Amino acid sequence: MTILILAEILTDHDDQKLSPSVLQAVAAAQFWNSPIHLLIAGNNTAAMAQKAASISGVERVIHTNSDQFSHPTAEGVANLIISISHDYKVILASHSSFSRNALPRVAALLDVEMISDVLEIKANNTYVRSIYAGNVLTTIQSTDTLQVLTIHASSFTGQSLEGDAEIVSTTSPAAFGKTRWLSEVRSQSDRPALSAAKVVVSGGRSMASAENFQQLLSPLADKLGAALGATRAAVDAGFAPNDIQVGQTGIVVAPELYIAVGVSGAVQHIYGMKDSRIVVAINQDPDAPIFQVADYGLVADLFEAIPALTAAL
Amino acid sequence: MKILVAVKRVVDYNIKVRIKTDGSDVDIEGVKMGINPFDENAIEEALRLKESGLATEVLVVAIGNSANQDVLRHALAMGADRAILLEAAIAIQPLATAKLLKAMVLREQPDLIILGKQAIDDDTGHLGQMLAALLDYPQGAFASVLQIEGNECLVTREVDGGTETIALILPAVVTADLRLNNPRFVKLPNLMMARKKTIETINDSEFSINTEPRLNLLKVSEPPARKAGIKVGSVEELLSKLRAHEGILL
Repeated sequence: MTILILAEILTDHDDQKLSPSVLQAVAAAQFWNSPIHLLIAGNNTAAMAQKAASISGVERVIHTNSDQFSHPTAEGVANLIISISHDYKVILASHSSFSRNALPRVAALLDVEMISDVLEIKANNTYVRSIYAGNVLTTIQSTDTLQVLTIHASSFTGQSLEGDAEIVSTTSPAAFGKTRWLSEVRSQSDRPALSAAKVVVSGGRSMASAENFQQLLSPLADKLGAALGATRAAVDAGFAPNDIQVGQTGIVVAPELYIAVGVSGAVQHIYGMKDSRIVVAINQDPDAPIFQVADYGLVADLFEAIPALTAAL
Repeated sequence: MKILVAVKRVVDYNIKVRIKTDGSDVDIEGVKMGINPFDENAIEEALRLKESGLATEVLVVAIGNSANQDVLRHALAMGADRAILLEAAIAIQPLATAKLLKAMVLREQPDLIILGKQAIDDDTGHLGQMLAALLDYPQGAFASVLQIEGNECLVTREVDGGTETIALILPAVVTADLRLNNPRFVKLPNLMMARKKTIETINDSEFSINTEPRLNLLKVSEPPARKAGIKVGSVEELLSKLRAHEGILL
């Protein structure tokens, strides 16, 4: 049996690189002790394929160079995977908006029930994943002969870069003609990407306005080299853009240090940050649920505490 | 244009579910149920397309036992034209649900299918993409903006790090994100009127689709809780505690 990993390409300005979470996907795939192939569905992928070949444990890197993958659609990626999927027993990717768009399509085309956001892989096609916004863990066993899954990247330790895989270029099936890519809006920021940042500073509803959010949290994030995050309440109130929302319906982060400012701690938000190594909560309300998951809690007026913290760094 | 919206009955989003003492499943006996929040966004968007004159009919479908009539009535009270309950005995997993919905699509021939992007109980988020695959339709998952232009549906999708806009040739499947719209409140008189509307019932055996679960639930458990730490008295104390940690450079 062979395992296929779908890699995600991140575009930063005009620069393309593999998502670092591919290292966790490869690490997760080590479970099966089987050859691992890594698929890069893109355009001008030669340099990325070279990089991917150095990931320990990867036997073969398969890459495409096709116009249709300059902006990959779920339909195009799914059809590509189907065209090369003859002998794979496991198809997996790190859980992201890219993989959860494409892989359910792959699973349905292969008549397989997919398993998303796997926290732990066990013997005999058995997996642990969470339901009800992370409030319950389920252990489920798949009866399908082929497994299609996404893994929760922060539950796995990334693979090292000591490999030397062969690189194979593949041709793509004809483009799926019924979907047309039009445009994208990327959040422009000199800060690190939220999902990969070592430090995250998040603001909640208590920030009270978009101006406060920027004026208080930006200088702190700059001093810490941190990414900015926000709760759904802050996003819905218009204090922060929706692409920095941390939580069940946003991005899941697991930085070394997570600083929650004026965040009450709704279960949906905690789901998105509970794997952080150290959590700091600064909130005026001593009963805020965020303090139940914080290593260090400071009950204080954030409008005084944040400038003081920024100044002390 | 005809729009089909599928809705799911789930545990109310305000409720923290409990686990059965034997760890065999979650205990939802007697717990307040309601319509999946993302599905309300799907209904709302369909209704807005109808109110703007772009759609002529909004059909809602639920799959499950007769208890699902309440979420269908909720959809009717919001303004849906017609409701179908596809009766199924067992809890049906996403792939089988997609197969049943495909059968409904072939029967009803909608031009646009809008679903919620995920159900808040199993949190899978597979159904829309699976349905699109089985129908060989284009898909617009995690939609925050939806527009109809000619024979195309323009969808702005929420993706990691921003948004992406794509055009789908109809018929297509779109899954609704929470930011797509603010669903309307259901007024009591509308709810009373919805009670009088007929809900068509179809038994899933009519489609002879194998809906046996592919995934077996072995057990459920509590996630390891993150322990609460300590309260610090000042910014200075906070910094000195943090600086004492290995690997944190402040």
